[in-house]
Amino acid sequence: MSKIHVTTQVNGDAVEFLCEPDETLLDVLRDRLNLTGAKEGCGTGDCGACSVTLNGRLVASCLVLGAEVAGSAIETVEGVGTADALHPIQQHLLDHAALQCGICTPGIIVAAKALLVQNPDPSEGEVRYWLAGNLCRCTGYDKIIRAVLSAAAEMRGENA
Amino acid sequence: MRYVVAKDSRDAVALLNTGENARLLAGGTDVLVQMKLGNKTPSLLIDIKSINGFSDIFAENGGFRIGAAVNGAEMGAHAALKAMWPGVVEAVELIGSTQVQGRATMVGNLCNGSPAADAVPAMLAAGAMARVEGPSGTRDMLVAELLKGPGQTKLGKAELISSIYLPARPEHSGDAYLRFIPRTEMDIAVASAGVNLVLDASGTVADATVALGAVAPTAVVVPDAAAALLGSKLGAQALEACAAACAAACSPIDDRRGTVEFRTKIAGVMATRAANIAYTRAGGQL
Repeated sequence: MSKIHVTTQVNGDAVEFLCEPDETLLDVLRDRLNLTGAKEGCGTGDCGACSVTLNGRLVASCLVLGAEVAGSAIETVEGVGTADALHPIQQHLLDHAALQCGICTPGIIVAAKALLVQNPDPSEGEVRYWLAGNLCRCTGYDKIIRAVLSAAAEMRGENA
Repeated sequence: MRYVVAKDSRDAVALLNTGENARLLAGGTDVLVQMKLGNKTPSLLIDIKSINGFSDIFAENGGFRIGAAVNGAEMGAHAALKAMWPGVVEAVELIGSTQVQGRATMVGNLCNGSPAADAVPAMLAAGAMARVEGPSGTRDMLVAELLKGPGQTKLGKAELISSIYLPARPEHSGDAYLRFIPRTEMDIAVASAGVNLVLDASGTVADATVALGAVAPTAVVVPDAAAALLGSKLGAQALEACAAACAAACSPIDDRRGTVEFRTKIAGVMATRAANIAYTRAGGQL
């Protein structure tokens, strides 16, 4: 198989890589670009652990081919906050103890951030439906939902 | 496997016609899963997303033409499309998670050939037309004419659907789609119904189409169920007759998600509830 040369943008940085035609964006991110935040839970688009945004749209990176993203803008969890300055969603997930094993957390952060970009004041129901494709087997979801709602309140400048 | 970006639809048709084991790639939410699971092993994957117009929603002759690579999130964000065909848009928006919505397409939902595909009953009810492109040219046909069986369509080997057309609608019309699933989100229809109604000025049903999903080898249009609604204002008698006609049109399978008896009963329930929603959207007072 001949590899495909792809030039694209990840978290604002221009990147290029060679990939196999059937290699997923998730595998490219993890194995070629060393961005291991996105996780492979199921590999079939059911669990959301590999969530990234592609041109602003939330997608499962296991259901995108590396070859497809030429000329795109990709955001991964590595582009959200820094170790010194966490994004409000990250801080509120910590404050609410909304994670245990942490496998789902990067996908939850990316998905929640995408929600708050288009809807800064979601209802609890809207958060639950938006995150329905992000499976968590540890927390029972309630703390995650409350963390996202309080992060949203903080980002709107309200006291959570 | 080779991955090729098609330049235009003629290019895509030519690639399909090479005799290779080719598959089209738009949103990939079915084809990439099938490849991952080893159910499909194409030697050529033809990406159609870059073809001019395939990712666009156009206003056309009072209706809307939706390109084959338009995803569910884009349809949901299109206010004018949603206002005209809310039932079709709500059906597409029920497919999968937010992540799947960011990629999955209505044409892909049709071409995957699932009897439980959410978009298909809504398209049937709407009288949607598919634009089919192939080696012998372009033709428009009703979506209903393309349905064949589980995992199949009547498309020829080197044919593709480039867009779906949802026609203009008269005053006092509305559509709706409902499905039964045992959870609140992220599941496959056990039974589903799409209903499209046109009312006269007095609120009487002047035209109707009823279509069911997941209760036969393909989604089905049920003319008797629509006839039961004609001339009515969706009174109890009309809805009962509609549900009975739906039950008579069912030939479902028994599986872990629903029995034959349950699917047959619930299809009519979905149809009558969808009819009530469509009636209200058309401006009728229940």
